[in-house]
Amino acid sequence: MTVTGPAGGPRMVTSAERLRRLLALVPYVVARQAVGLAEAAATFGMTERELIDDLNLAWCVELKSPEPYCPIDLSYEDGLVTISQAESIARPLRLAADEASALLVALRMLAEAGGDGDAVTRLIAKIEDAAGASAAARSQVSIQIEGSNESGVPAAIDAALAAGKRVHLRHYNHSRDEVTERDVDPKRLLVVDGRSYLEGWCRRAEAVRKFRLDRVLDVTVLDVPASFPEEAEWADVDAGLFQPSEADVLVELELAAGARWVAEYYRCESMIDLGEGRLRVAIRTPDTGLIRRLALRLGEEGRVTAPAELAAEVRSAAAAALALYD
Amino acid sequence: MSKRRTERLLSIVVLLLSSRRYLSAEQIRASVSGYPEAEESFKRMFERDKEELRELGIPLETGKSSAFDDEIGYRIRRQDYELPEIQLAPDEAAMLGIASRVWQSAGLEGAAAGALLKLKAAGREVDGEDDGTRLNRSIEPRFTTQEPSFGVLWEAVRDKRPVTFSHLAPGRSDASQRELEPWGVVNRRGRWYVAGYDRVREAPRVFRMSRITGPVKMAGPPGSVKVPDGADVREMVKDWDRTPPRDRTAVLRIRKDAGVVLRRWAREVTPETGPVAGWDRVTLSFADAGWYAEYLASFGPDIMVLDPPDLREAVITRLKGALT
Repeated sequence: MTVTGPAGGPRMVTSAERLRRLLALVPYVVARQAVGLAEAAATFGMTERELIDDLNLAWCVELKSPEPYCPIDLSYEDGLVTISQAESIARPLRLAADEASALLVALRMLAEAGGDGDAVTRLIAKIEDAAGASAAARSQVSIQIEGSNESGVPAAIDAALAAGKRVHLRHYNHSRDEVTERDVDPKRLLVVDGRSYLEGWCRRAEAVRKFRLDRVLDVTVLDVPASFPEEAEWADVDAGLFQPSEADVLVELELAAGARWVAEYYRCESMIDLGEGRLRVAIRTPDTGLIRRLALRLGEEGRVTAPAELAAEVRSAAAAALALYD
Repeated sequence: MSKRRTERLLSIVVLLLSSRRYLSAEQIRASVSGYPEAEESFKRMFERDKEELRELGIPLETGKSSAFDDEIGYRIRRQDYELPEIQLAPDEAAMLGIASRVWQSAGLEGAAAGALLKLKAAGREVDGEDDGTRLNRSIEPRFTTQEPSFGVLWEAVRDKRPVTFSHLAPGRSDASQRELEPWGVVNRRGRWYVAGYDRVREAPRVFRMSRITGPVKMAGPPGSVKVPDGADVREMVKDWDRTPPRDRTAVLRIRKDAGVVLRRWAREVTPETGPVAGWDRVTLSFADAGWYAEYLASFGPDIMVLDPPDLREAVITRLKGALT
């Protein structure tokens, strides 16, 4: 994939970015003796043309004093590049503080999320060593994941994933306030923003489904190998776990200062400050039951302003509940 | 233009790495192509170059090789520059591959990718991540939240610098100005927090980043924050987030088949008879009437509170509020 700029042309890189890239590219090639241009370009996320431009730039470096000489020497042959001389830049630059921190936070998250704990621990130690002083801030960073150690569910899911076995779940559906039972072929664990989800092929719905682990009440690992139909389409985690769909309803809520947490908790499509701490937010949801429950909970601190049917539903639910106390 | 600049910067790096002695600006100018004749513009350009190299994390040192040097010089010590030897086992390389994707849709993506490239450049072994059989692909962790203040607070913690920001406490309509000596950042259950010493309140405090409004500004030089021995930001945030003990008892009436989560925590469930058949009487423990009433109101007509009276009243108030 080629990264393109706004005009559709090659993305402009600053001279600093380019230098950073070169200082990694040269040792990358040195460590491998001979590297395919296509492979190197893919690793560094650039086109072969850009890669050759970068390599040629390094090749052109000439120091004039005391004697003129070229410290970097390279050659191309059969789509391979070889660097025969790289002098002082044959090793990569050490990790910058933000680079080390980004990796260490990610590794801590991975350890907490149930990655291969032993390998992660060894890796954290190695990266901390390699980062030296830059990791000084490491003790000041901590990651904790919801419900990670509180029930046997994550461990059972882990075991099922490792063994490639089907599971039987008792799962609580929050918006409908009901428990369903189903067999699921587990594909992978998604840990997004502190919450864990099992993604798998649900035998009951005959579709890919995600289940929040803290809403899985019980799990039994079955002695059946997990299998996935070819038509299964797994989530693109980087596009966001829950993609809004055409069928979703756009709900508008007005929130008083005491209900501002709603804007933190739900992904809002728009947010307008109404003054005095009040907000108007728009939330897209596949399930208006969730918003009905939210509105009941907020009482006078939140009001559904659209769609009108949902607002009416909230009022009639509140009236029915109040009637119980008459 | 950018190309010539990159070439010049690269030449400086190679030159200074190869020299054991400090080289003066003049010596650098003599060795490296691309500097202008005019003294003033050379000086300006050289200053910018030094700054850029330092921003990339290149340890550019200044000093004098001997007492007889009149001019200050520059060098890059190899042991400060080079990434130390790092050998990764295949399972470690696999974990590194997963970790480098954690930030893919949030703020630190570039930093994590940069780190991965350096580690790949350090040797062949990181390529092990391509070895699909070794790679545990069954886990995909991500941070997707972009807290605008995360980057600055992160740097402030790293560089031990105090910060100022305005903070909107929940339920308040106006923000208050805070001056904080940040000790650490914590991600708890998907939310980012900064913990440290609040100079205005003169006490340790925890702030949720999403409640910081407007820009975070550095309020002191690097190294001016002293993190006390034994300060544990993880515990600070945990305490801050802790739910109070459930030491009160509620008696609810819950419609059959409804209130599944409530039943999970029930101490006692008895089916009702007579006019209220079809309901269960459920006894539960709770902590705070205000918070619990909000939660119970969300179940609408599927539950009603029998006792205690303050909880019952609080639920009725919530429901009346939802009527309008």
